[in-house]
Amino acid sequence: MLKLAIVGSGPSGFYVAEALLKSGSVEVNMLERLPVPYGLVRYGVAPDHPKLKLPALAFARTAALPGFRFIGGVTVGRDMSVGELREAYHGIVFCGGAETDRELGVPGEGLPGSHAATEFVGWYNGHPDYLERRFDLTQECVVIIGHGNVAADVCRILAKPVDDLRQTDIAEHALDALAESRVREIHLVGRRGPAQVKFTDKELRELGEISQASVSVEPGCLDLNPASVAEVNDPREQAAGWNMQLLREFAARSSADARRRIFLRFLESPRELYGTDHLEGVVLEKNILDGPPFGQTARGTGRLLRLDCGLLFRSVGYMGVAIPGVPFDARRGIIPNAQGRVLHDGQALAGIYCAGWIKRGPSGIIGTNRADAIETAAHLLSDFTSRDDLPAKPGASALLPLLASRGLRCTDFQDWLKVDAAEIARGAAVGKPREKFVRIKDVFDSISDQAAA
Amino acid sequence: MTTVVTDNCDLCRFTDCVTVCPMVCFHGDDKMLYIDPVVCIDCGACLPVCPVRAIYEVKNLPPEQHEWIAINATRSAALPLVTDKAQPLPGALDRKKQLGF
Repeated sequence: MLKLAIVGSGPSGFYVAEALLKSGSVEVNMLERLPVPYGLVRYGVAPDHPKLKLPALAFARTAALPGFRFIGGVTVGRDMSVGELREAYHGIVFCGGAETDRELGVPGEGLPGSHAATEFVGWYNGHPDYLERRFDLTQECVVIIGHGNVAADVCRILAKPVDDLRQTDIAEHALDALAESRVREIHLVGRRGPAQVKFTDKELRELGEISQASVSVEPGCLDLNPASVAEVNDPREQAAGWNMQLLREFAARSSADARRRIFLRFLESPRELYGTDHLEGVVLEKNILDGPPFGQTARGTGRLLRLDCGLLFRSVGYMGVAIPGVPFDARRGIIPNAQGRVLHDGQALAGIYCAGWIKRGPSGIIGTNRADAIETAAHLLSDFTSRDDLPAKPGASALLPLLASRGLRCTDFQDWLKVDAAEIARGAAVGKPREKFVRIKDVFDSISDQAAA
Repeated sequence: MTTVVTDNCDLCRFTDCVTVCPMVCFHGDDKMLYIDPVVCIDCGACLPVCPVRAIYEVKNLPPEQHEWIAINATRSAALPLVTDKAQPLPGALDRKKQLGF
């Protein structure tokens, strides 16, 4: 029996598992550092996007397939080495995603009040790692650097009336804090122009649909250079055209009597964050675009302007985290690979694979990782086509005792189903689809309570 | 709101869309695919992978194409699921060129 380990239980991990299990006689053990599964579907997708959490239903179907086992609460590279994992399995697929963010690399970035957007996302989604984060929502003016969907999510959560979030699965501590928010202005700053925004048109449209909020775009910003006109008119790039149409609609709107105002700003890059003992603002440099259609880069003009703000989120890219014993490309933040086969000095490492954001970088949406995972799984299976002289591997029968001997308390998928049911019941009591357990201890207590009952 | 396949798929059937669908909502006959509006979550993952840009969110669907909303609903209900990528139809590459992609 081919025994495989998948490290990570987000979308790419589950899509690799699905593709492998569909092929027949394999055993798949999925290792996750948290005691609960689903990665960014649970902790990344915004609480006001409940439909985008439905892929979890498909993950649960995969988890029910014969040969699947979930092992939660184990950090590979800390609780056990990659070498130990290789002893126990024929192949390992790393699907850890992009767990950290790119920094702006400008002076003042460390000032209190300057944060990674991912910290805020993890906090409002009840991720155990971000519980203790505090965001100064007494500030009236917030700047978000970046024009992608994470930036749009953060903007929406800050701009929405808190009552519009009460019936989502947003973490209770975030709801309490947002109820006291004094935020009035949110500036979304992008280094390139309106034709190059990375928002999907769906996310951009939603910014214009927030109740009691306005979106402002200065009409002059929407005059495009010839290369950008070519980009927008390219039939393959429908999204750019739809985004431009939305931006023109926003530019034509009036923003009178809005409680909160969103400003979409283009062709500006942060050069410095200023403030004495807390963030007081950001120096922005005006840019122009250089280069051919689809290859345009932002170039600074030397023209600087100051934008006062007491809270700033950066959302300018995400990177994977290196695992000891696994090759890593620190510049790109990915595991070097050829279509999912992990490379060391350009040579494929036998039995080591990757999929998802750690394989190709943080692009696309949940479903994009399915095609990516199918590719990795296909290469893995083609490397194991002749299994007659495959040495026997112990898989979970060696791994679980090893983890227990190190004092780790691991969870299985049955445990998760208990947690899931308990969270849904907690949510129902307060009119929410789910009230997450946000402390790891509470997750384990919920499992023990149900075992006792 | 929902997402629909339109006539550019007809006689192409590239099926790249099914590999990125997180919900398994594509159905098909011999000629083209259709989306089950009950199962689709409107995530939009399939839109950019279609080589002939046949897939639209209804909000962006040109008015003359609105008939495809009902066609997707009725045809998907009557046809089997398509879960794996298949060979495009013979002539698909010519048709793609003809469509300007």
